[in-house]
Amino acid sequence: MDASVKRESLEAMRVFDLVKTPLRELNSALHTIARGRNDTNFEVVNPRGSHAVAVGIDQPVTVDVRGSVGYYCAGMNDGGTITVHGSAGPGVAQNMMSGTVIIEGDASQYAGATGRGGLLVIKGNAASRCGISMKGIDIVVHGNIGHMSAFMGQSGHLVVLGDAGDALGDSLYEAKLFVRGTVKSLGADCIEKEMRPEHLQKLAELLEKADVKDVRPEEFKRYGSARKLYNFNIDNADAY
Amino acid sequence: MCGIVGLFLKDSRLEPQLGQLLSDMLITMTDRGPDSAGIAIYGSAAEGKAKVTIQSAKPDIDFADLERDLAEAGLPARVALKSTHAVIAVAAARLADVRSVLAAIRPDVRIMGSGDSVEIYKEVGLPKDVVARFDVRSMSGTHGIGHTRMATESAVTTLGAHPFSTGSDQCLVHNGSLSNHNNLRRELTREGMAFETQNDSEVAAAYLTAEMAKGKDLGEALTSALDDLDGFFTFVVGTKSGFGVVRDPIACKPAVMAETDQYVAFGSEYRALVNLPGIEDARVWEPEPATVYFWDHEKAA
Repeated sequence: MDASVKRESLEAMRVFDLVKTPLRELNSALHTIARGRNDTNFEVVNPRGSHAVAVGIDQPVTVDVRGSVGYYCAGMNDGGTITVHGSAGPGVAQNMMSGTVIIEGDASQYAGATGRGGLLVIKGNAASRCGISMKGIDIVVHGNIGHMSAFMGQSGHLVVLGDAGDALGDSLYEAKLFVRGTVKSLGADCIEKEMRPEHLQKLAELLEKADVKDVRPEEFKRYGSARKLYNFNIDNADAY
Repeated sequence: MCGIVGLFLKDSRLEPQLGQLLSDMLITMTDRGPDSAGIAIYGSAAEGKAKVTIQSAKPDIDFADLERDLAEAGLPARVALKSTHAVIAVAAARLADVRSVLAAIRPDVRIMGSGDSVEIYKEVGLPKDVVARFDVRSMSGTHGIGHTRMATESAVTTLGAHPFSTGSDQCLVHNGSLSNHNNLRRELTREGMAFETQNDSEVAAAYLTAEMAKGKDLGEALTSALDDLDGFFTFVVGTKSGFGVVRDPIACKPAVMAETDQYVAFGSEYRALVNLPGIEDARVWEPEPATVYFWDHEKAA
């Protein structure tokens, strides 16, 4: 290989081995990328369940994490593309602003919590409280989700190809939930809703973005807020 | 927070490494709780023998001539000293006498646990110090559990450390907090259970002991715990031949499990499992809420 080409390819991919390098070095390298730089590909090896891997990214970098991570991976992501080639612990992509986070394995509880934007794709299962208090994030789970998912979800979309656990969408605001499998139970004020053409279209778009093949939007049911809990009902005025 | 770990070996070739593997798992969980640490190891049982693990705040005084004084009190025993703890080995038929004899000749020692195979070591301090103090790495065994504590419900003392043992060869570690432990302690006391502390986790251990005394197996006892215990819990429980895990229905206390042909492992976090042999190819999963998992050497055999 030509020496100059080799040097260029090394520069193009910066590798952090978390057995040898402190996590803080990785995260500060991710935080000090000047606007317009093109050496934006990172690889993280030996994460071994570390917490807070690749948090606080605010540039369009690409991070490939080779292995499983612990708490809060890719938290607050704003524009990065982070792929975990393994499973993720609690709070993955918590409060994401924009960008993409892909988990090849499973995700633990409260994946995508409070997320304001971007796309979170979980190719395995997600545990309880997936998308809790979501505020604009789109979440696509190829497998199942646990109980209390999308609790108090305000906006954004939660798409589940498998089954949902107990109390889906409890105290829901305006997040839209799509489940292809069974729902063990619906939470307070969450109801099944009619699937209209605009929903099918949005669902098709999300499935494509999440690399889901051979699944049609028509296979899903839509769930949303009955809007009785968060709207004041004048008939209840006497109670106050 | 607290950190809990457990390891149940299926492959007897790993038994000499149990102490080593469990020690590393527990030390990895140190930042989940710095107050106290403890470990229970189920070693090989000797035919016709039973053992009692005791602890003393003044081991120099309490453990001096203990073997001789036990013999003089009519209880032939072998005493093995390990720092603040000692393991008393007696004929199995005399196990019930150890508590009363000790109360007479060494009233200040505390009984950590007893049974055919379990040894329990726990102290205030960090896992690395507790593991070193009791030379846990050198211990072999079939299964074991460990705990590093961030105290919430009772004082930071040796007796408040986990594992809690309330029955022969039974012990429990707990991450969480129970809200109905005072009521349940009163009910269990009425049924004849004795308590050493004001700790909520000790009540959970005693509850399981009481349920198993009524004829339930570990799995059945854990199932009824889901109805009778209120609060947050992830429990890892050991019996002479069994190993169980259960989480409360809300399941906010973390848990990860791994299984291979060689072992079943539990950790509060995946980090605790990364040094286990063959973890790359293990089945790794998060135990479901309100679901009982248990394994038993005798039932498998």
